[in-house]
Amino acid sequence: MLQKTGLGLFLLALLIFTLMLGMDSYVLTPESLAVDNGFHRKEILAQAEKAGMMGKEYSSTFGFCAGFMQVLKDAQASLNGQPVPEGMGEWDFKIGDWKKKEYASATLLKSGAGSVSQHPVLFFFLTFGLAILGGLLYILPKFQTVPGIKNDRIYHRPLTRGLKVGVRGFFLGAVFLSVLVYGFFYQNGDLFWPLVTAVMAAVIVGLVLFYQKQKELHGDRSASPKVTGWLGVFAGLYLIGFYVLLYWLPQHVAPWVTMVSPISEALSGQPASRWFLYGLLYTFIVLVMGVRMIAKYRHNRYQVLRTFSVMFFQACIAFLLPEILVRLNQPYYDFKNIWPLNYSFFFDWNLDNLLASGGLGIFMLVWGIVLTVVGVPVITYFFGKRWYCSWVCGCGGLAETMGDPFRQLSDKSLKAWRFERWTIHGVLAFAVVMTAMVLYTYFSGNAKVLFLDSYSIRSWYGFFVGSAFAGIVGTGFYPLMGNRMWCRFGCPLAAYLGLVQRFKSRFRITVNGGQCISCGNCSTYCEMGIDVRHYAQRGQDVLRSSCVGCGVCAAVCPRGVLRLENAGSDVGSRAEELKVIHISEGEVKLLD
Amino acid sequence: MHIIIIGNGIAGITAARHIRKLSDHRITVISGETDHFYSRTALMYIYMGHMRYEDTKPYEDWFWEKNRIELLRAYVEKVETATKKLTFDDGKEMAYDKLIIACGSKPNKFGWPGQELDGVQGLYSFQDLEGMEYYSEDLQRAVIVGGGLIGLEMAEMFHSRHIPVTMLVRETSFWNRVMPAEESAMINRHMREHGIDLRLETELKEIWGEKGGRAKMVLTNKGEKIACQFVGLTVGVSPNIEFLRFGDIELGRGVLVDEYLKTNVPDVYAIGDCAELRAPKPGRRPIEAVWYTGRMMGETVAHTICGKPTKYDPGIWFNSAKFLDIEYQVYGTVLASPPENHLSVYWEHPDGRNSIRIVYERDGGHVIGFNLMGVRYRHEVCEKWLREKNHVEEVLQNLGLANFDPEFYKEYDEEVVKIYNRQTGKDLQLKRKRGLAGVLQFLKG
Repeated sequence: MLQKTGLGLFLLALLIFTLMLGMDSYVLTPESLAVDNGFHRKEILAQAEKAGMMGKEYSSTFGFCAGFMQVLKDAQASLNGQPVPEGMGEWDFKIGDWKKKEYASATLLKSGAGSVSQHPVLFFFLTFGLAILGGLLYILPKFQTVPGIKNDRIYHRPLTRGLKVGVRGFFLGAVFLSVLVYGFFYQNGDLFWPLVTAVMAAVIVGLVLFYQKQKELHGDRSASPKVTGWLGVFAGLYLIGFYVLLYWLPQHVAPWVTMVSPISEALSGQPASRWFLYGLLYTFIVLVMGVRMIAKYRHNRYQVLRTFSVMFFQACIAFLLPEILVRLNQPYYDFKNIWPLNYSFFFDWNLDNLLASGGLGIFMLVWGIVLTVVGVPVITYFFGKRWYCSWVCGCGGLAETMGDPFRQLSDKSLKAWRFERWTIHGVLAFAVVMTAMVLYTYFSGNAKVLFLDSYSIRSWYGFFVGSAFAGIVGTGFYPLMGNRMWCRFGCPLAAYLGLVQRFKSRFRITVNGGQCISCGNCSTYCEMGIDVRHYAQRGQDVLRSSCVGCGVCAAVCPRGVLRLENAGSDVGSRAEELKVIHISEGEVKLLD
Repeated sequence: MHIIIIGNGIAGITAARHIRKLSDHRITVISGETDHFYSRTALMYIYMGHMRYEDTKPYEDWFWEKNRIELLRAYVEKVETATKKLTFDDGKEMAYDKLIIACGSKPNKFGWPGQELDGVQGLYSFQDLEGMEYYSEDLQRAVIVGGGLIGLEMAEMFHSRHIPVTMLVRETSFWNRVMPAEESAMINRHMREHGIDLRLETELKEIWGEKGGRAKMVLTNKGEKIACQFVGLTVGVSPNIEFLRFGDIELGRGVLVDEYLKTNVPDVYAIGDCAELRAPKPGRRPIEAVWYTGRMMGETVAHTICGKPTKYDPGIWFNSAKFLDIEYQVYGTVLASPPENHLSVYWEHPDGRNSIRIVYERDGGHVIGFNLMGVRYRHEVCEKWLREKNHVEEVLQNLGLANFDPEFYKEYDEEVVKIYNRQTGKDLQLKRKRGLAGVLQFLKG
């Protein structure tokens, strides 16, 4: 009963959250026009007056944006048609295309005049507040049950049972193609990088299919059920829609940003941006769903501590600390974000910003480089990549909390593994090349590297990998293909950590003698799609670059067969031989 | 050479895989149950919605073709050993050079009135699972007869769907023919804590229902009537060897085999649940219907058939299970009613969901068994101690080596040592904590 109430409240909050995008209204006034440049300001005001926009109330972001963009266009045409006054920079006088976007979104945020803008706190409580309350009401009663793994009916639920292979393939293909097409426009009509990406994708598909024996084409073990869980599809579409708005149509999430602005003001003294909204939402989801994770695995201290850890790192290090830094006039910096996941670390604006921020800025720069160059290999040598992926990382944090109900949807087929190795290392290579080119440009001042433009590659990386892969596919695909799509197929840092883990680490999952009964719980609940059972039933230790060490295989094993361990010796040898029973000299011996 | 294996369970499939590793013989695996090998032990998880049937298959479907293991879906009706020929239920025939019988078990039925009614069944095969699924619709209450592992699995299955369960157990405490009293009591408590209606010292007398219709009610030996629409019969299994009844192959309760797993007929072998050893090792039963022995027999027979005659040696006994949320592991000999010379150190957590029992020989002092509830111990370490007959005090001081619980779990090994000290007046200290580095050193030493 309590749980049903909780679920109801959560759904209500979600409904309000969705509908409120259309609940604010917008009025352009001289005060709300977020334009500092005097020339621009004067011209835009004049054009707005002429178009009859001043003081007119718009009931949606669409109407306002359409009107205002037209005003900006007219202002641009008017200004850009005049000669630049003596002694002025061209772009201090003219209005650049990029400025238009900036002006539009900033002005929109200040022009809110409807119910959301008037009562942001009320809306915050009706959405965030109700959702958190509902979520906790749903989750807390779980603490009263007998402790133990509870995966009952996961495959019976339309939200968590996954998609039929065909439907899944359709979504994957449709999202990929849409991203490429949109990317063409995103790159201002430059076809080069979308084309390179399409060719690379075709090459990878070709390579996977080429190595795949004809026989293996039949009876793939995908994670797909016979019946598609349509609630999962709906949830996936909602998440994808959310990311599309957030990344590429941010003007239309203005009511959300307006709603969280008071909190941002309180924390950093700055009005909220869409990234603040995202960070806040992300943090609350990790916290609330973290409570769920703890309830579910409360008999398992590894899981409990790990969940506290990701909750702490998300709330304090990734969210609060940067806001406080901004309040103290220091650079916004997430101390736990490591290149190449943090792909913009070596971008000129970031380097300039850090270098210009005194001692702390220099410390941040050094810290970031040391983490990549020393921290990753050394800590991974001792503990495996789990220290980052499932204890610290924000993407991992979301995957392990909000994503936990979907972990069984990862594809365990050999084919998926083949794809994984090509794509994740491909992204790593892409990140390295992109960063090298950006740094070349930074030091040489030359934007062209050979025939390639470092600005366009970095823009494409940000678009394709940073937004589309990490966001849309990474999170939007939780209910479609599992909660670690990004970590498994795309994250360049995971690839780097994985290489260290595979070739030079003390970490492995040990298999407890001959106790495995091949039941398949470990493989099913491996979010990275590792066929853990394959190793467990042969008595081989598991040594895989992709393993993020979440420990769930060991937790769900009904026979106590798996343990995550670190030790310097015998890493390779125990992972090779088949240990279940030894046959030698005409006799069978068990486990010598 | 054409090797036919009847049965695609763990024993038959392990045999097929190892024969393929060792040779190029033609291999055919016949099953009437499913097209592909799946893990029987995972049937319950399909019902509970933890996994799909596909997830219980240890190998992807292409594996068999790739490894040239032919699969045939059919029921064998007759084995003619004289002409080395099998006859299937559709009348077709197939010739073999070597035959491995690995056809498993079937649930026991002891002639209760009403045992053939609809909604009365055991749990062994995929078809049994389908039956449970079929009868679960509009099921108000299930009654499960028998106090063993499968009975509890069945109870857990229904429980996961909030279907009330009554368990009728003949013994005074659950599974106390196998488990020592304390552990058995722990399971009783745990079942009841989950809301399962456990009725001890109660037996099934009759099942009532309309003739040819669905079960409606059971009558117990105490005269109680329990309304129910499903009756689970989980009073053990026996070898599924009806189809061999009128042949040359010598049968006991199962297919009788020697230490090489050979039957009395040349080129015919039997492994797994259906095999009955003529001369089991001391302390072991002639039929051991567990996963692990099936797997070991499969590997052993593969070697014998591929020209390396190998005696079946099940090694030191081990087993494991899970009672709802409590995992269970056993290594070596732990008897429900131990003889006088078996002493034990027993520790139990105040919560009553974890315990450690170490059994040792009174006179020699060497360890003979480990019984773990809600605690994981390392197979290799326990086995080495048992095989080398280490003294219990040596074991206790190094008990951390055996600990296999996940990282950050509380280590209870020290408590066990304290209990031993209290029992004996000694003052032992735990010297080794949990950790792989020490274990690897110990195993090599």
